[in-house]
Amino acid sequence: MRRKSRRFDPRLTPHFKLLTPHSYLLTNHMRSIDGAVLDLKRLDLLATGDSVIHRLDARAKVLTTLVFIISVVSFNRYEFTALFPFFLYPVVTASLANLPGGYIVRKIGMVIPFAFVVGMLNPLFDREVLVRLGPLAVTGGWISCASIIIRTVLTVGAAFILVGVTGFLAVCQALEKLGTPRTFTVQLLFLYRYIFVLTEEGARASRARELRSCGRKGLGLASFGSLIGHLLIRTWLRAERIHMAMLARGFTGEFHSRQVSAFGWRELCYVAGWSTLFVTLRLENGAQWLGRLVTGLLS
Amino acid sequence: MSHHIVAVKHLKYVYADGTVALQDVNFTIHHGESVAIIGANGAGKSTLLLHLNGYLTPTAGEIRIGDFPLTKQTLPEIRRTVGMIFQDPDDQLFMPTVFDDVAFGPFNLGLPVDEVRQRVREVLEQVGAAHLMEKPPYHLSGGEKKRVAIATVLSMSPDILVMDEPTSGLDPFARRQLIGLLKDFRHTRIFTSHDLDMVLELCERTIILHQGVVKADGPTLEIFGDEALLAECRLEKPLSMQGCPVCGQGRREQRNTERKGSGGVNNS
Repeated sequence: MRRKSRRFDPRLTPHFKLLTPHSYLLTNHMRSIDGAVLDLKRLDLLATGDSVIHRLDARAKVLTTLVFIISVVSFNRYEFTALFPFFLYPVVTASLANLPGGYIVRKIGMVIPFAFVVGMLNPLFDREVLVRLGPLAVTGGWISCASIIIRTVLTVGAAFILVGVTGFLAVCQALEKLGTPRTFTVQLLFLYRYIFVLTEEGARASRARELRSCGRKGLGLASFGSLIGHLLIRTWLRAERIHMAMLARGFTGEFHSRQVSAFGWRELCYVAGWSTLFVTLRLENGAQWLGRLVTGLLS
Repeated sequence: MSHHIVAVKHLKYVYADGTVALQDVNFTIHHGESVAIIGANGAGKSTLLLHLNGYLTPTAGEIRIGDFPLTKQTLPEIRRTVGMIFQDPDDQLFMPTVFDDVAFGPFNLGLPVDEVRQRVREVLEQVGAAHLMEKPPYHLSGGEKKRVAIATVLSMSPDILVMDEPTSGLDPFARRQLIGLLKDFRHTRIFTSHDLDMVLELCERTIILHQGVVKADGPTLEIFGDEALLAECRLEKPLSMQGCPVCGQGRREQRNTERKGSGGVNNS
């Protein structure tokens, strides 16, 4: 009677026990590859929004982002505090354009480990103490490492936001209008387009491999070799079919956009305003200036 | 109206690895006709379709679309005239939104933005997908993708529609919807398909390709009536012509008599 009253729990059956961890891992894995692709596509979808920033001509946004990146990158390696006022630009743009903050932060977060790898050795080699915060001595290495990470966050963030408010297609068009050779911009567009094709094919191939390797390692490295070879060929064939479909619809190496915009007064003010701010912040330490202002007011 | 004619003369195509896909293909399709090109796997159907839009250059023979022979110079005009719809809609949809995808062709034709917007709206309404306009193509269902893929081609106002396996991978309802849609078109239509029931509904004329040559070319009903010919080309009568498997008409009766005769063992 007792056994009867117990509710049936499929996890208790041996068969299910065997399958659960594996299928859990599997679905998780699939989600990660497919999810990452969808996530990138989401960035492009954000660009179809309508806001003050979206409506600006793409060239204005590309130019502003360029000035921003150059200003941030051109600081010397030990600069740290002067970088913080630059966060104003991504924050203001993203909020004016109604971009989902959490999503952008997650995207940037994905790049931070790479930046850390780049700056990781600095603290070991550069041991000269530059700043003392009470008992804590901060070496030049730590400062330059932190500076690298902050610069990465700023530049990558600005690039993500640029695509999110403009769309990759429009960014390439703007680059072309600004004088970049067409061969280069079309290559860039195809690269972007085929990233999706490659990852989709990759996700499919790895799913097929995993489903047949029953939670074990499969045939190990050897199977990966042929998997990657197949992936290359399949991607190639698929890319060719997509190219055919593009040719069938009159593609001649030029992408068009439905947004008609011109470089007017608004764009000029946008570029000039931000650029002046960036150059000023580059030449003057904005954080110190603000600090002095606040302490000056208080005293 | 000779500009909607598709004429294929002594077409031969050999792939780089030496496989002879098409040996000697001849046919002429006239304005407004709806023609099915059928055949077993590897009969050369897809290779033939790729010639109609100039992706493959014939090893020998000639193709004329309308008044022009298919050459490098006439290619842009021919690609506008012949709208090609691929078997896998994922190959055809590559822009961020449905709108951008449908607008891709008209933009390439150099149409002004307002005209493009209007065309996109019209063709999406025509295929019953106007509500999908701002959606990303990869979020659509199979049937929706197919309809959007058709819209991407219709937006270029082609005179000739070429479709590779239009009903493959669709559920019965989506298939029925698609057949209804294709029935209404007044273009010259060329289909390849293994869905012979669809062929029966849509095409008054059928061409059978077998081992790279045209094995038969004539009225669909006549061709589907010739069982010997179909068997030779690794085909079968469409299900709708095979008699009912439930009510005892047609084959079933035949099978039962065979079963009785052979003591319950069914070999058919």
